[in-house]
Amino acid sequence: MDFKKQKPIYQQIADTLCERIAGGELKPDERMPSVRDVAVQLGVNPNTVMRTFDFLQQTEIVYNKRGMGYFVSSDAPEKVLELHRKEFVEEDLPIFVQKMNLLGLSFDDLKNTVAERKIL
Amino acid sequence: MIDLKNFSFSYGLTPVFENIDLQFKEGSIYGLLGENGVGKTTMLKCISGLLRPQKGTCTVDDNTSFDRKPEFLENIFFLPDDVPLPDNSTPESFFHDLAGFYATSNEDEMRRLAVELKIDPTRRFKEMSFGQQKKSLIVCALALNTRYLLLDEPTNGLDIPSKSDFRRILSERVGGGQTIIISTHQVKDVENLIDPIIIISNSSVMLNASVERITEKLYFEYGGQQRPDALYSEMMPGGYLNVFPNDGMGESQVNIEALFNAVLRNQNIIKNLFN
Repeated sequence: MDFKKQKPIYQQIADTLCERIAGGELKPDERMPSVRDVAVQLGVNPNTVMRTFDFLQQTEIVYNKRGMGYFVSSDAPEKVLELHRKEFVEEDLPIFVQKMNLLGLSFDDLKNTVAERKIL
Repeated sequence: MIDLKNFSFSYGLTPVFENIDLQFKEGSIYGLLGENGVGKTTMLKCISGLLRPQKGTCTVDDNTSFDRKPEFLENIFFLPDDVPLPDNSTPESFFHDLAGFYATSNEDEMRRLAVELKIDPTRRFKEMSFGQQKKSLIVCALALNTRYLLLDEPTNGLDIPSKSDFRRILSERVGGGQTIIISTHQVKDVENLIDPIIIISNSSVMLNASVERITEKLYFEYGGQQRPDALYSEMMPGGYLNVFPNDGMGESQVNIEALFNAVLRNQNIIKNLFN
């Protein structure tokens, strides 16, 4: 079974920036660090960071003010959550289910453990 | 733009390159990868006008490299792996000797980069370690600010912190229109920095593609089982690292070493995949 995935670097950088948004370090309507600053800090190619910002713009987590750079969207924390939910359902969950199948576990088998951990 | 057309080069009867077409476009950090002795340095020497191809052309902004016209020379700098250094020279004197030939050179930048890479520009080269010499030369080369900068094995001899310093000061460069070619066989040192990636082998160009294109065409799987359809797989902690043609798998993280091995072992498949 193949279920190991490693995201491309530009998405890994996006994850780090999303964490900083979700954690409140980067606040709605504040200016994002520049492409250049992020690239230099990480020692990666700025074109890679450009892709990160394109991706964050597509997912409406940041927006671009012409000539002024990127800003955190006003509802960015919610958008980040949305993105993480989507990733969980589309990427983590299939792996989880695949593992359950492999191990011969049913939802009922896991119910108690889940309840103990007080998930919902 | 650097443009090699029908480019062939040989040392005596030993062919190094046969009929290569290769272009380096402006504003990128190209990684030129290949096994030892494959001709990386030879290619850089041809581009910088030190060697002449037997067949075909090598031009930089439409100037034939080997003509070595002033308008060509002032826009290109080649930093070899091994630079002969006069006995009493310092990074400062080395920079001054060069700076006169390059209108774009910037002494303030040389000093700023020296601080960043923790070298003393007034210290004599012969009192420095190999790694410090190397860093000093990189600082000088960068501060010349030429439109084209060719670095041959620049991370050779750098210690671990210096390697990440190197990546940082190089990444600052992109976007200013400068074209940098880094030749190396130590691919880990420049991972995530070089884009596009060029792999040369068997006298020809096996791959010339942006990282984005590579992730489109190839999938890198970390820690699965060994796949029968893998172009390359190797053991890693937790399973196998597999490289295989990307058939709607989405994007993954490129591992340059694995890419390199996959390309060298499947030259025809790779050519078809990327054409």
